Amino acid sequence: MLVNKNMIVEKTKQKIYEIGMDDMIEIDAAPNGNPIDYRNLNTQIHGAINENFTNIILNNVCGQRFIGAGLQGNIEITINGIPGNDLGIFMDGPIIKVNGNCEDQSGNTMNHGKMIIDGDGGDVIGLSSRGGKIYVKGDVGYRVGIHMKEYEDQFPTLIIGGTAKDFLGESMAGGKIIVLGLKILQDGTIIENPQPICGSELGTGIHRGAIFLRTDENIEDRLGVGAKIFELSEEDQKEIENDIKDFCETFNIPITTIDEKPFKVIKPISKRPFESNYCGYLV
Amino acid sequence: MAIVHEILNYFKVEINREQCKKCKRCVNHCSYGVLSFNGEKIVSDDQKCVACQRCAVMCPGNAIRIVQNESFLPPHGNYTRKIRNIIWAQSGDGGVLLAATGNDRPIRSIFDDLLLDACQVTNPSIDPLREKIETKIFFGRRPEKLTFVSDQDDLEGVSLKTKLMPNFEMDMPIMVGHMSLGSISYNACHAIYKAAKELNIVAGTGEGGLHPDFFEYAPNIITEVASGRFGVDLNYLHNAAALEIKIGQGAKPGHGGHLPGEKVSSLISQTRMIPKGSDALSPYPHHDIYSIEDLAQLIAALKEATRYKVPVGVKIAAVHNSAPIAVGIVRGGADFLTLDGFRGGTGAAPRIIRNHAGIPIELAIAAVDERLRQEGLRDQVTLIAGGSIRYSADLIKAIALGADIGMCAMPVLIAMGCRVCQQCFRGLCSWGIATQQKYLVKRLDVDIAKNRIKNLFHSWNEELKEVLGAMGIDSVESLRSNRDRLRYIGPNPHIAEILGVKHAGE
Amino acid sequence: MRWENYTSLPEQYRNQRVFDGCGISGFINIDGSRVSGDKVIDMISILKERENGLGAGFAAYGIYPKYKDYYAFHFLFDTIAAKTNTLHYLGNNGTIIASEAIPTNTPTNIDNPPIIWRAFFDPKKSNNLEPDEIILKIVMEINANINNAFVMSSGKDMGVFKGNGWSHEIADFYMISGYNAYMWLAHSRFPTNTPGWWGGAHPFNLLNCSVIHNGEITSYGTNQRYLSSYGYKCTLFTDTEVIAYLFDLLCRKHKLPLSIATMALAPPLYDEIEKLDKKDQIILKSIRATYRSAMLNGPFSIVVGYSNPVPTMIGLTDRKKLRPLVAAISDDENTIYMSSEEASFKRLTSSNNNFSMKEIWHPKSGTATIAMLGKGLVRNGLEPSLMKLKSKYEGGLVNGNCA
Repeated sequence: MLVNKNMIVEKTKQKIYEIGMDDMIEIDAAPNGNPIDYRNLNTQIHGAINENFTNIILNNVCGQRFIGAGLQGNIEITINGIPGNDLGIFMDGPIIKVNGNCEDQSGNTMNHGKMIIDGDGGDVIGLSSRGGKIYVKGDVGYRVGIHMKEYEDQFPTLIIGGTAKDFLGESMAGGKIIVLGLKILQDGTIIENPQPICGSELGTGIHRGAIFLRTDENIEDRLGVGAKIFELSEEDQKEIENDIKDFCETFNIPITTIDEKPFKVIKPISKRPFESNYCGYLV
Repeated sequence: MAIVHEILNYFKVEINREQCKKCKRCVNHCSYGVLSFNGEKIVSDDQKCVACQRCAVMCPGNAIRIVQNESFLPPHGNYTRKIRNIIWAQSGDGGVLLAATGNDRPIRSIFDDLLLDACQVTNPSIDPLREKIETKIFFGRRPEKLTFVSDQDDLEGVSLKTKLMPNFEMDMPIMVGHMSLGSISYNACHAIYKAAKELNIVAGTGEGGLHPDFFEYAPNIITEVASGRFGVDLNYLHNAAALEIKIGQGAKPGHGGHLPGEKVSSLISQTRMIPKGSDALSPYPHHDIYSIEDLAQLIAALKEATRYKVPVGVKIAAVHNSAPIAVGIVRGGADFLTLDGFRGGTGAAPRIIRNHAGIPIELAIAAVDERLRQEGLRDQVTLIAGGSIRYSADLIKAIALGADIGMCAMPVLIAMGCRVCQQCFRGLCSWGIATQQKYLVKRLDVDIAKNRIKNLFHSWNEELKEVLGAMGIDSVESLRSNRDRLRYIGPNPHIAEILGVKHAGE
Repeated sequence: MRWENYTSLPEQYRNQRVFDGCGISGFINIDGSRVSGDKVIDMISILKERENGLGAGFAAYGIYPKYKDYYAFHFLFDTIAAKTNTLHYLGNNGTIIASEAIPTNTPTNIDNPPIIWRAFFDPKKSNNLEPDEIILKIVMEINANINNAFVMSSGKDMGVFKGNGWSHEIADFYMISGYNAYMWLAHSRFPTNTPGWWGGAHPFNLLNCSVIHNGEITSYGTNQRYLSSYGYKCTLFTDTEVIAYLFDLLCRKHKLPLSIATMALAPPLYDEIEKLDKKDQIILKSIRATYRSAMLNGPFSIVVGYSNPVPTMIGLTDRKKLRPLVAAISDDENTIYMSSEEASFKRLTSSNNNFSMKEIWHPKSGTATIAMLGKGLVRNGLEPSLMKLKSKYEGGLVNGNCA
């Protein structure tokens, strides 16, 4: 396996040198059409990083899990294909771009870095992330942004171009989630997403952080325990301005489209949502 | 007329007025606000007393005794005083009752119903003081078999082809159970980690992260990845002898965790990597584990993230179906499996769960060990069992039933000074153990506490050797799962059947 | 001789393990020359203080050259029906090449002598099971599920002869003098339980592995539960059984070299391991970690006959040397002897003026003495664990991440 990896690195190095980008390497995740095991793929990625490649392109990715798990440093990984679950788990710095959709738990417990999904996302995206940015162009599934948390200068940001399903931002302990409710068609046309902006039990158990929804829907009856709708203050507006600008630039969305609908912001009623639920007597 | 339904206090502070010097030391030491000086004498608000004994111990004149309140409720064999108190508390407050430490119901201990074998005539016992008895063990996963290749032409040439997965050595089959910084104090954590290092055993961090100050103890620490992922970053994952995915805890199977915001000091904030003052809620399940294949996924993710350098295991509470669950966990790639019995402790859990959910660890060990054997997996994993290993006898019996390692936490706290007042969730521990308040924490001297833990486990290990010697066994490896050396004397022979242990006399 | 309890213990004694003190003796001729059982009878019967007339037995290797390619079953039956059922069962699972009574000196005044039978057997070919594995299953099945039948041995070109009596009585009964073998093991017994039973006498055999054992295994529960994972049913309520199965598991199934397998059974102490160089530490710690449940504890000395593929005699004692074992090599270096006591050797030399031992020695505790046909004394039981072994650690192959 080790020999194999070196061979690939060597071979690709030569190819890259020819076009004069010596920090870039391509790895085929399915040589001869046979997808390799995730351990093999990650070992190849580690090998490439050890050889000081910082721009890693993975082709023909087909369900391999844990891509970018626990990686650190100034690295950019581009994924062509469908990465498996736990994309970028425990990641601490790198940028991952996916040209396509991503599966469940992408950005799991991510500490720092950026994930750009040029497609839809699965369930539980950004679970327990403590920092970094996750951009999903399309729609996402259930329990997205669950238990995101912030700490000192670490502040996770999750932006969804489309819509989300139930339990968005459950138990949220910090950071921000922005859902834009757009739909970007194949030809690049941008329309309002016909799906509801989010499902039920929105922000249930939230005790820190904020969820920004670009919508004029009545979402009052979708709120979960401890979550409350606030009008967007000027401060809130400022808070998301730069994020939205960056997101729009990333996916070529005219910033004016955003202004067509107002934002609602969901914040916790209290930092201690379940304070009165328990009592401690000497019985 | 409003009737006050006050809960009758259990304890009374008795102050010997002749011996009392009115130095007010007791007032300063009482963290529960029981004692005060009214200008004339020390007075007590007995309603608040939890019998933590701090005042009695600290009184220079030896003037204080905590006694039971003789005031008597009408007796009733079924509606015990405790049950009446629970009803009064809940009808007054309407909340879920919290409790700390392990299950306090007087349920018969199965460990106590087991007796050990000893040698007579047909085999000799071994003198542990003068002949070697080994208690060293390996922690981690092993292959089913080793592959040696022998040289065809040269019989003496053998070559080992198998590389063991990450394993580390421990000098005793004992580990300190998982208690997070948050549930216990910085000093208490420090004492435990120091003791673990000096004894060459391991201690668990609990799910509250690992303070950077403690990274130096990493080779003796098992860090926990729980549903809240508190403090989990690469530093945390790389600073551990082993990683444990916490699914459940014996005191609260199926329950999450909740560290109230007022306990999240800057120290805790730093360790858990959450803002100061905000609640630390552990979701009930892991939201990336809704099924067994998801658990396999998280195990694999942790192994990927740590590049296969440390064992990755799973902790579950002992529940009704522990055996098949355990098999799934081992098949899912876990290198070790921690079972926490229904008597296991907690810093805070709903009383209803602590007292009524789960099964005894003795039965869980027996069932899991047996089932893993049927599947041919037992010898490949390290099985850790906790949930009220109170003293060495429990440890020895747990090993004989099938555990590799006994895990305990309460005895460690008691060794450090805990009086088992069961108020940990209030954060007012007068002994500086289960508290985050600086003035209380500094009461716990790290080195003294460390030495007491060391002494405790040293004595357990010596007692283990005594028993091994009496059984004619010179290595603890030959005690593990050696149920042949146990006999049952309890009232329920069906228990003996489940344990795979014969009745005494058989 | 006790003419009762041939294939099983009486009901009231089942579920109890039998403990025993014992005498063990054996030898192997390196050049493969076959000699009569007289020598081994002398060796064992001189140790009469070690037996109480409640069990003895012999294992002989090389006695069936004519049928050496077939599994030789030695059976004990209580009834004709048991014989019929067993042979019928065998017939269903392969071909019985020959089947006959084992000649015995049965006294005429015995009402119910055991039926002592042998069958040479060729198992049906199977795609997924090795022939040895099929035989293992057959032995387990007969011993566990066919009433009144017991398999004494199941190896090739070898056989076990045992019963309930003094060693000299058993030798007479089976006419041991009449067999010629290149390797002989003999055992005499001092059991704690009065009845004893024929099947429970030593040697214990499975396939080509026969074990004679003196002592008690205190790790029985651990070993027995370990073996249960691999389909070995310990039904005989004696600890010697687990030794035979452990040898089978380690040597045949896991293919460990003999020297390594014996190290797994009686590994060096950790303190000793720590003194070795890194490579040897890895090897020995790998053995200890992986085979922690195979380790034998308690007082024991064993002599094992093994012939897969090369006939070998192995002597081993516990790590604390709580049971005796002494070894000797003949003047011509062609015969290696092992016994509980040196008297066994003295008996041989004093009865033959032309014969003496070149050397007599006491092997170290927990260290195997290995004598191999055609090779001689491979290990004399005096060398440190890995000494003389050209051990290498390649560590290339990580054995699977999960099941």
